[in-house]
Amino acid sequence: MLSNFGITFLSITFLTSFLLIYLSFNELKTANNKIPKKIYNFSSLQLIFTILSFLTLLAGFVVSDFSMSNVFENSHSTKPLLYKISGTWGSHEGSLLLWINILVLFSFLFLFYSNNNNKKFQLYTIIFQNFLIGTFLIFLLFNSNPFSLLFPVPNEGLGLNPILQDPALAIHPPLLYIGFVGSSIYFSAALAALISKVETKLFARVIKPWVSLSWFFQTLGILVGSVWAYYELGWGGFWFWDPVENSSLMPWLLMTALFHSVLVLERRLGLYSWVIILSILTFTMSVVGTFLVRSGILNSVHTFANDPSRGLFILTFLILMVFSSIFIFFKYSTTEKNTFKFLSKEFFILINNWFMVFFLLVVLIGTMYPIFLDTLFGTKISVGPPYYNFVLAPFLIPLLFLMTSGPKFNWISSESKKIFDLVFFISLFIFLAILFIVKEKNLIVNLTLIFSIYLTIQSLNDFYKAFKNKSINLSRVISHFGFGLLIFFISINHILSIEKNFNLKVGDEKNLSKFLIKFENIESYKIDNYQTIIGDFQILNKKNLIKKNLKPEIRIYDQPKTMTYEASIDSNFFSDTYLTMSNVSDSELFNIKLQIKPFMNFIWLSVFILSLGGVLNIFKRIKKV
Amino acid sequence: MKKIFLISTFFFVLVNSVYAEVDLRDKILKNLRCLVCQGQTMSDSNSDFAQTIKSVVDDKIGHGFKEDEIYKFLSDKYGDWILFNPPLKKENYLLWFLPYFLFIIGGIVIYYLSKKTQIKRK
Amino acid sequence: MKKNKLIIIYAVLIFIFLILYLSLDNKKIYNTEDLVGKKMNEVDLLYFESEGTFNTREIFKNKFVLFNFWASWCAPCRKEHKNLIRLSKNKNLEIIGVNFKDSPQSAKKFLEELGNPFSILAKDPDGKQSINFGIYGIPETILIDKDSNIVKKYVGPLNLKDVNEIRSIVEK
Repeated sequence: MLSNFGITFLSITFLTSFLLIYLSFNELKTANNKIPKKIYNFSSLQLIFTILSFLTLLAGFVVSDFSMSNVFENSHSTKPLLYKISGTWGSHEGSLLLWINILVLFSFLFLFYSNNNNKKFQLYTIIFQNFLIGTFLIFLLFNSNPFSLLFPVPNEGLGLNPILQDPALAIHPPLLYIGFVGSSIYFSAALAALISKVETKLFARVIKPWVSLSWFFQTLGILVGSVWAYYELGWGGFWFWDPVENSSLMPWLLMTALFHSVLVLERRLGLYSWVIILSILTFTMSVVGTFLVRSGILNSVHTFANDPSRGLFILTFLILMVFSSIFIFFKYSTTEKNTFKFLSKEFFILINNWFMVFFLLVVLIGTMYPIFLDTLFGTKISVGPPYYNFVLAPFLIPLLFLMTSGPKFNWISSESKKIFDLVFFISLFIFLAILFIVKEKNLIVNLTLIFSIYLTIQSLNDFYKAFKNKSINLSRVISHFGFGLLIFFISINHILSIEKNFNLKVGDEKNLSKFLIKFENIESYKIDNYQTIIGDFQILNKKNLIKKNLKPEIRIYDQPKTMTYEASIDSNFFSDTYLTMSNVSDSELFNIKLQIKPFMNFIWLSVFILSLGGVLNIFKRIKKV
Repeated sequence: MKKIFLISTFFFVLVNSVYAEVDLRDKILKNLRCLVCQGQTMSDSNSDFAQTIKSVVDDKIGHGFKEDEIYKFLSDKYGDWILFNPPLKKENYLLWFLPYFLFIIGGIVIYYLSKKTQIKRK
Repeated sequence: MKKNKLIIIYAVLIFIFLILYLSLDNKKIYNTEDLVGKKMNEVDLLYFESEGTFNTREIFKNKFVLFNFWASWCAPCRKEHKNLIRLSKNKNLEIIGVNFKDSPQSAKKFLEELGNPFSILAKDPDGKQSINFGIYGIPETILIDKDSNIVKKYVGPLNLKDVNEIRSIVEK
């Protein structure tokens, strides 16, 4: 039943995108300068039907309709409602449906709310966006249909992977998708702008809010993903430079570069072709990321169940997309004169783009290199955290410094400013005070600390000035402040983290230099579909004599038989105590890992502040219009 | 006065940094990929295999092996796949140098873009 | 000029996409089967029953040697055992069994039940010696030639095809 509805709704959506392309093409030839009502109507219709198809799948999950194979494979009738709902986008098919919903939503929003009085530009954007929608619908219907039927109808579903049953992971994909699928709209707009030869300032003003919007959601999506990894994976880290994480970081870096260079374009100072290229690249990188994740050519913590035909489809799509956009770019782009004054604001924005593209290339090379080596020479290597830390970390120092100094300079003019000012000396004093406490000896870490403090203090100073002087860009101040804090707290967290690994028997004590750990007791019982072993630990901090009771868990699920290790985390304002245990085979011993992770909450908060700058940017636009 | 302060601070940080020390065991285990567990490091992994590797690494450190010798020993047995930090070999040159090369290219492009104006101003 | 640029970009992209296309066929799961041709390390192994150790250098100098890592708790080992018995009849080949992280009683029971194909039986109770062989999960089997070079590695249970392959290498 539901399956038929779903397929019908999807077919209607496909039909409307076909019609929208057809009508828009016809409209291009007419002379009047207004987009006819029917295009608006079809776009609304398209949105309604695609949302209906999504709700149909959602209903399938909520009522546990196991006649749909997607529901059968990813749900279970006893699952809590929240995870039934999140199961809708938990699988490959469902998440692809979410993709299409977001493509359609942005097409709709752009048509209705991006009123820019340039009919040709508007129509071409809708045409390109609907090409994307149409192709992904074909992929969905013929290769990854979430509504395909199963016969005979099973009584019970297979359930969702236990580590995916987590509130953070329930909202992670929608946030991330709004981010990087949302970038499709400025991909389409960039191609449309080339063909319809839109005036540069108009193009900049049109795409700016969309870039901020997608950047905001991408940032939140990455944040929520890291929070999930920290609490659920039980490794004590939040970023592993895993290929799947990298695929979400790559579009983020490009978006960051893009909304900086859009500022230059908005003031008619050049960079038109560069902004177009960045707009095209952002969505391209999103699709590249999707290819890497879904085709299963990467060995990752987060790999979806995969199937080569998916990879082949996405790759074909990617090739068509890249080649046609390059063709359009070369056919329509005009040569422009880019001239920048040394030490002007636009010069520093150029430098920002230089760094962002460098970061992107490092992540891209690190992710793709093993694939290339394996395919060409059959050599398998791993590229992991040590590589990225080594290559990227030194570049953070100049970046932080430029983020602090760049905004002080004016547009167009080229006067030099005092860079090492009072704020810098205050920051140095703060750094020395911190160094006195933490006694860090690594040069790179120390320099990173100095310049992240400098950025933070400078942003606070700007924040204060912003209230007196309205001309200061508040969203910039907030985002830079958040970034400074983020790097500061990551460095401090890196310095002060403690990790101790040892084996213990029930009843034993372990005496560490700062802590006394007592393994009090162990309990084991059966819950629903798993067996749990819970350890009871007392941790005494020798310094302040605070006792903590932590209960890490080992879970043995029966279908399929998997073991998961649940960390027990005692989180107070400043520091987390993180304890995991695992059994050592053929012995009474348990392997215990104690980690002290200071300032975790501050890291999350910094990213949140960072993202707030993006929201402010969107609202500022709306107020102006 | 300010300059003296500035220079002395940096000097202090620099001198202080020469004695950087790290926990060798931790560093090694964080650089090893657990072969049986999809992208986890040996240090993070609870698997049986990782626990054996941990105790082998302990033994090797105890026997006075250096960091690089331990990597060499393990990559001989399991391939370079086990190392998260790819060794600087011929086949990895591009991986290690291409990013810097591209960074320099970017710098040159920006240099030319901003240099033009300076000449004009004169 | 513009055209040349376009051609170069297209050429680079075609290369990249070609690699990505080919990479779809790459093996998804890593194993060490390709790591052959190296010389075996000299490793001291514990005898399974008697006291003491022996060094892999000292044994069967002019014969092919097959190291098999097994345990009674490993189900695939049970499956491949009859193939090891088949191979044990071969005159040019000696099989050394390494009992991996196992209890002696159940290992003995296992051999009594299914037969003993091993010329020498060693044990590795904590699994540490097996690291010298590059073992990461059992069953694994390593074929060594007369000059103690590693000729073949088999990760997972031996099947009949593997048995024939080993026979043909050994009898050459």
